[in-house]
Amino acid sequence: MNQNDSGNVVEIENLKMYFPITRGLLRRKAGDIKAVDDVSFTIKKNETLGLVGESGCGKTTTGRCILRLCKPTSGKIMFNGTDISAMKEGQLRPFRSNMGAIFQDPYGSLNPRQMARTIIGMPLIIHGMKKKRQYDERVEELFNLVGLDPSMMTRVPHEFSGGQRQRLGIARALACQPSLIICDEPVSALDVSIQAQIINLLEELQEKLGLTYLFIAHDLSVVQHISNRVAVMYLGRIIEIANSRELYENPLHPYTKALLSAIPMPNPVIEKKRTRIVLKGEVPSSATPPPGCHFHPRCNIAIDECKVEKPQLINTGNGHMVACCRV
Amino acid sequence: MAPLLRVENLKTYFRTYRGLVKAVDGVSFEINEKEIIGLVGESGCGKSVTMLSILQLISSPPGEIVNGKVKYEGQDLLQYKSKSEAMNSIRGAKIAMIFQEPMTSLNPVLTIGRQLTESLEIHLHMSPQAAKERASELLHMVGIPDAKSRLSAYPHQFSGGMRQRVMIAIALSCNPRILIADEPTTAVDVTTQAQLLELMQDMVNRFSTSLVIVTHNLGVVARYAERIYVMYSGRIVESGWANDIFLNPRHPYTIGLLKCVPQLGETRQERKLVPIKGLPPNLINMPATCAFLPRCDFASDICRSNPWPSLEAVGENHYIACYYHKSEKP
Repeated sequence: MNQNDSGNVVEIENLKMYFPITRGLLRRKAGDIKAVDDVSFTIKKNETLGLVGESGCGKTTTGRCILRLCKPTSGKIMFNGTDISAMKEGQLRPFRSNMGAIFQDPYGSLNPRQMARTIIGMPLIIHGMKKKRQYDERVEELFNLVGLDPSMMTRVPHEFSGGQRQRLGIARALACQPSLIICDEPVSALDVSIQAQIINLLEELQEKLGLTYLFIAHDLSVVQHISNRVAVMYLGRIIEIANSRELYENPLHPYTKALLSAIPMPNPVIEKKRTRIVLKGEVPSSATPPPGCHFHPRCNIAIDECKVEKPQLINTGNGHMVACCRV
Repeated sequence: MAPLLRVENLKTYFRTYRGLVKAVDGVSFEINEKEIIGLVGESGCGKSVTMLSILQLISSPPGEIVNGKVKYEGQDLLQYKSKSEAMNSIRGAKIAMIFQEPMTSLNPVLTIGRQLTESLEIHLHMSPQAAKERASELLHMVGIPDAKSRLSAYPHQFSGGMRQRVMIAIALSCNPRILIADEPTTAVDVTTQAQLLELMQDMVNRFSTSLVIVTHNLGVVARYAERIYVMYSGRIVESGWANDIFLNPRHPYTIGLLKCVPQLGETRQERKLVPIKGLPPNLINMPATCAFLPRCDFASDICRSNPWPSLEAVGENHYIACYYHKSEKP
């Protein structure tokens, strides 16, 4: 796998993923769920890109498209310089070993009937590691890498705690030495005191192994902590991308502002001084998104133009991109 | 002024085939009138069991309230049987509860209207017609548009945030004195969480109700609660004014808990998270020593040789259960 010149591990251009809604006996198509609607971004090598948004905004689908677990409706997905958006399963196989995935639910994502070492070693077998000794060594190395005791290798998932299971998930994702890891809500199912352990582990591994992360989560404070850049999604579109620091200090999109103000801070003195922007209403259905800017029905600074025109992502300098016609 | 509700040395144990689980082991706290308090702790620390014990909603067997008093306006609720008339007249009418999962706590085969009018008819003896009118008023109050026609809708036709609003309406329908919100916002998104919390604060102000927010999220209680109780493995380890707990925590667990959550505006270059080492304890057959001992950075010989410390004052209305503060300030 040769690196391309730009140093971008992932480049996405105008990615669209529509799921058809079918109706009736003949399963006639009645419409589309626009889960991901014209999304473009890049992830540099060694970088963590955070992807935040509320449930149903298309974060996970974007991640699944990059992993090619679903075939996008249109658009380009460049992985290390090769377009993988339209590849067939067989062609994808060599690329798959170069990307890993960590899933949200550490209970559902591990086969309860397999031993820990089988779960972790499965990717090695699939990607053709045949020598038994080499395989055993690698599995042990992976256990140590994620901070699990190799003596636990023969246990089955229910004998591990939530945090340990998430470590197993991380070890499995790392098995084939991938360059990119898609972390889909890796800490949201864990207890607060365990969350920090996993976040620190992910950060250490990134430094040690030179990994690139796409970190998907709904908790902006976690995302902001781990990411270099953060992209905010709303109803299938990216509405703002900025450096993590910049996004916190200078959010431009009204939705980002509301999202930031909605996050509670564990400090009563700061909390009581903050003004909270409480959004009206709820996220509309992605089958019938509002025309123009998707956010306009809930926006407090919307004008007539917002109802018609779809705002484009505009660079406001320093890599801070925002899609809002009032900015 | 006497507190509205005072829980004294409450112990709820579960007898399982693997051993005795002391889910709640000597918890005491109080709620004053029109006060908002927070009960914070990780999953499995006994927060929910404490609240269920107050309303005697613990299924027995395996659960059993083995000791303690729950004094509501001077009368001990634990002297009543769980299914007695007296308990039924308290539950829902005087002390109401909102549960975590709004999908499972609403009955999927009954309309929203039916579920709202039920408690009005039982507790306030309203006629069906009057109850219906009151129900639509309540729905309107919690911010559900077109309330009248929504009464005939079923729970599945509502979104998660809307269902939790309905739950709030049901809980407040009989004008209770105390509202217990058990993880009211864990299943919803942050912007919805903000809406719901504002709504709850607004509602308890309007109805002059006391509110107990039970949560694992320290941020949620920081804004609203006046006093905080921190629980760890069945006991309260620290309690005090919200400002003291957040700005001057004294128990090693509270200190650790505050250090391990990422705060907005901090990136990893600026502050690395300090996790609490180890795992929360298994509540089966706990040792007599402090349960936090294996994870504690300040543990010393006193901690290892003595039983779990009791709560002691370290400041005005600020209590911690720890030996460490005696030697020096953590």
